[in-house]
Amino acid sequence: MPPFSTLREISSALASGDYSSVEVTQEHLDLIATLDPDTNSFITVDADAAIAQASAADVKRAGRSKAGADAGPLTGVPIAHKDIFCTLGTRTTAGSKMLADFVAPYNATVVDKLSAAGCVTLGKTNMDEFAMGSSNENSYFGAVKNPWDRKTVPGGSSGGSAAAVASGLTPAATGTDTGGSIRQPAAFCGITGLKPTYGRVSRYGMIAFASSLDQGGPLCRDANDAGLLLSAMAGFDPRDSTSANRSDDWLDNVAELGVPEVAPLKIGLPQEYFAKAGTASFLDSIKRELEQLGHTFVDVSLPHTDSAIPCYYVIAGAEASTNLSRYDGVRFGHRCDDPTSLEDLYERSRTEGFGAEVKRRILTGTYALSVGYYDAYYLKAQKIRRLIARDFDNTFASVDVLLTPTTPGTAFQRGALTQDPVAMYQQDLFTVPTSLAGLPAISFPCGFKDGLPLGAQAIAPAFREDLLLGLAAQYQTVTDFHLQRPGD
Amino acid sequence: MAWEAVIGLEIHVQLATQSKIFSGASTRFGAEPNAQACAVDLGLPGVLPVLNEAAVAMAIKFGLAIGAEINQHSIFDRKNYFYPDLPKGYQISQFETPIVGKGELTIALEDGSTRTVGITRAHLEEDAGKSVHDLFPGQTGIDLNRTGTPLLEVVSEPDMRSAQEASVYFKQMHTLVRYLKICDGNLAEANMRCDANVSVRQVGQSELGERTEVKNINSFRFVERAIEYEIERHIGILESGGTIERETRQYDAERDETRTMRGKELSADYRYFPDPDLLPLQLSDELVARVRASLPELPDSRRRRYIEELGLSDYDADLLSSDIDVAEYFEATANASDALSAKLAANWVIGELAAHLNRDDLAMTDNPITPNQLGQMIERLKDGTLSSKTAKSLFEALWKQQGEVDDLIESLGLAQMSDSSELEAIVQKIVADNPDQFEQLRGGKDKVLGFFVGQVMKATQGKANPGQVNELIRKLL
Repeated sequence: MPPFSTLREISSALASGDYSSVEVTQEHLDLIATLDPDTNSFITVDADAAIAQASAADVKRAGRSKAGADAGPLTGVPIAHKDIFCTLGTRTTAGSKMLADFVAPYNATVVDKLSAAGCVTLGKTNMDEFAMGSSNENSYFGAVKNPWDRKTVPGGSSGGSAAAVASGLTPAATGTDTGGSIRQPAAFCGITGLKPTYGRVSRYGMIAFASSLDQGGPLCRDANDAGLLLSAMAGFDPRDSTSANRSDDWLDNVAELGVPEVAPLKIGLPQEYFAKAGTASFLDSIKRELEQLGHTFVDVSLPHTDSAIPCYYVIAGAEASTNLSRYDGVRFGHRCDDPTSLEDLYERSRTEGFGAEVKRRILTGTYALSVGYYDAYYLKAQKIRRLIARDFDNTFASVDVLLTPTTPGTAFQRGALTQDPVAMYQQDLFTVPTSLAGLPAISFPCGFKDGLPLGAQAIAPAFREDLLLGLAAQYQTVTDFHLQRPGD
Repeated sequence: MAWEAVIGLEIHVQLATQSKIFSGASTRFGAEPNAQACAVDLGLPGVLPVLNEAAVAMAIKFGLAIGAEINQHSIFDRKNYFYPDLPKGYQISQFETPIVGKGELTIALEDGSTRTVGITRAHLEEDAGKSVHDLFPGQTGIDLNRTGTPLLEVVSEPDMRSAQEASVYFKQMHTLVRYLKICDGNLAEANMRCDANVSVRQVGQSELGERTEVKNINSFRFVERAIEYEIERHIGILESGGTIERETRQYDAERDETRTMRGKELSADYRYFPDPDLLPLQLSDELVARVRASLPELPDSRRRRYIEELGLSDYDADLLSSDIDVAEYFEATANASDALSAKLAANWVIGELAAHLNRDDLAMTDNPITPNQLGQMIERLKDGTLSSKTAKSLFEALWKQQGEVDDLIESLGLAQMSDSSELEAIVQKIVADNPDQFEQLRGGKDKVLGFFVGQVMKATQGKANPGQVNELIRKLL
C-alpha cells in the first residue's frame, strides 16, 4: 500500500483484495517502529493486538466470519487512538505519570464504536498531560516533534495524533478538543481535524479534562476521511448524559455518498480574528479560491472574542480541578511510597503524579471556585460564555459559516513558550470561542509559511458539520496543500 | 430561668431503588465489600454519571406527600472534598436548586395536640462509601458498595421544641416514607439517618441561640436521647456563664453522651458548582401528574377513615395506620364495609397476629397467613361455624401449614356442632350424669349453668355453640 494512503484508499484496497488488513497494518507498524522513536507520537503500540484485529478483519472481509457480521468500509483499516480514550486491556495514560500503569476495565464508547466498525487500533498516541497544553511538551512520555520541522512543536494536546497522521504512521487518529486540541495540532501538522458539536461524540471513557468543553473528533488526511471517521465515532450514548440524541441522514450516509456537497455559502469573516498582528494576510489566497468556487464573503463581528481566553481558562480550570480530584492514590493510579498519613498519601501522590501545567490548572481552578471568588471568577466566566455563544448565534443569522485562521501563526519552536504560560494560552485565541459555544469547527491546510503548514478554521452552527466537511472537501478538490508531505 | 430548646432535623432517606442514583450497580444491602461497586461508583477515569429516573420519581412523590413545591428545574452540583471513601473527590448533590421546595409535616404529640413542622427543602444526592477502621491493624479498609446509593436529604425548619417532638417527627417521617414505598425504613441498615441541629434560648426570646449539630443518628430512641443530652449540655454551659461553640458532634450511644467531631475552624469550603456531566433536571408536568396519581392514601387520612367509617377506636386506628404493611394487611383482611368485620379484623391483626409475628420475629411481609385466609376465618366466626376457641386453633393451623380455610375446618373437625339432635343427646347425657347439680339449677342457682356449659364444651372438644348449649339446658328445666 503506498504510504500516506487515505482511509478511503485503504478501504478500497481491502475491498478489492489488493491488500489484506494484516499487510496494511504491518506496514504501518513497521513505519512506527522505524520513524516514531524520533517523532515520539505514540505512547503505546501493541503490535500483537493490532495484527490479531487485522486478521479478524480479513476473515470478516472474506465473508468467513459468523452470520450478521458484515464488513463495513472501515473493516480492517488501521487507526490510532489518542491516549485519553480508555481501551480495555491496553494501558491508558492520558500522558500522565499518574496513569502510567493504568489499564481500564472498559473501552471508551468511541473505541467500542470504531472497533465495531472494524477499525484496527495501531496504538495510543502521545498527548499533553490530561489534554492540558498547546504544544505537546507537557507529556510525561516526552515531547512530540513536528514532522515538518523537528525543532518545532506539533501543537497540542492531540499532538501525537496529528504528528502520526502527518508523518504517515497512521492514516487517521482520534483526538479530543477542549479549547483547540484537535484543530491547532491539525493546523501545525498540515492535516484536517474536526471538532464536532458538543454532544455529537460520546465522552464516556474519554478521560475528562473539562467536561462541558471536551469533545472527541477525527484527525485525518482530508475532509472526506474526517467525515467517514466521524460517522463511525458519532451517535447518541445513553452512558453520557450530555450526548445529543439525534440522527442526521448525511452523517449516516457518509460512507456511501461521501461528505455532502455544499451550495454557494455566505461566509463570515470575524474582524476581531484578523485584528491580530500577523494574521491579516493569512487567508488571502483561500478567500480567492473559495470565491472562485462561488462562495461569498462578508465581514462580521464577534465582539466578545477578547474575553474568550480568560473565560475559557477559568471554566476549564474549575472543571479540571474537580475532575482530577479522583487521582488521589487510593484506588488506582500513582501512589507515593510509604505514606505516613492520609494527608501525606494525598499530597505526595498528587505532587509526584501530576506535572507542572496540570498543577497550575488545578490551583487556578480551585481558586476560581472558592468561597469569596466564585462570583468574581466562575460565575462571571459563565456569563461571558453566554455572551460569546450569543455572538455566534447573532452572526449565524446572516451567514452560513465563519472562516478564520486556526492559529495566530505556524508551529513555534519547542521550548519557546514554556516559560510564559499566558503566551502559550494565547495560542488558543481562535479556537477557544467555538469550544465555549459548543459549536463545530474544522481546521484544514490552506498554505505554507517558511515551510510550515498553515491552517484555516471554518465554524458552523450546532450540528452543521456537513457544511464544514463539505466546504473543506470542495476546497481540497481545487488545492493540494493537504497532499503535501513533510520531507518532500 | 426558663429555657426553650429549638431543634431542626436533617433526615437522610435512602431511596428504595433497585440500582444506584448514577450507575447501574445494585443497591442490595449486605453484599461482600466492593462487590457492588461498578466503574462509575469507583470513579474510574472517563466514566460518567447517568441519573436514575426512579430516584427522581420517588423524590417527587415525597414532595407531593408533604405538600411541597416541586421544582421543575433543578440542578446537580458537585460538593468537593477529599476522603478515601469518596471516590471522585466530590459528592453529587443539589445545592442551590433542590428538587423539592418548601413543604410541611403535621405531627401528633402525646398530649393529643399537633404541631406543624416546616420542611425547608429536600434534595437528591449520592451516598459515600464506608471506611472500615477496625478490621486491618494500622490500615483502613474501604467498602464502596454504598457509594452512589440514592439519598433524599430532608431538611426541616427549626420548628421542634423538645427531644420528644423531634423523635415523633423522625418516627412520622419514617411512617411516611414507608407509606410512599420510597424507603425500606430499616434503621439497623441505616436506611434513615438524621443530623440534629440543637440550640436553646430563654423563653420569650426571639433570636436563636448558637447551635450545635449532632451527626448520624439512626434510631428513634437515640434521637431523643442525643437531643436531650445536648439540650442539657447547652443549658449547663449557659447557666454557668459559658458560651456555646458552633460545632459538629457525634452521639455515643453506649455512654449516652455527645462529643466533639470537628469544630468550626475546620469547616470546609466545598466549592459547590453545577456538575457539567449532568444536564439540569427538567420535570415535565406530565411526570409530576403521573406521580401525583400514584400517591397512596396517607397515614393521617387512613387513621381518620378507620375511626369515622370503620368505627375503630382511636387506639386501634393508630396502631393499624402507623405502618403501611399493617394497614394494607388489615384492609385486605377486613375487605368489607361492615363494622363487625372491621372490628374483628382489627382485633385479630392487633392481637393474635401481632403476637405470633412478634414471637417468631417476623415482619408483616413475612406473615404466613394471607389476608384472604384471615378474612375467610373471620367470616366463619361471624356465621357461627367457628367459635372463638376453634378460631384460635384454626389460626394456629394456618400459621403452620398451607390450605383453604374451609378445608382445614373440615379436616381438623373445627366446625361448631350444627346438628342439634346430636348436641341434645350430649346435653341430656350430661344432665343425667349430674342430677345433683341439675337440681340446684332447677332450684334457681344460675351459676351452675356455667358448669353444664363447660361440661358440654369439654365433651364436644369446644365445637358446641355455647349459646345453643345454654338454650338446650334451659329447655330441659
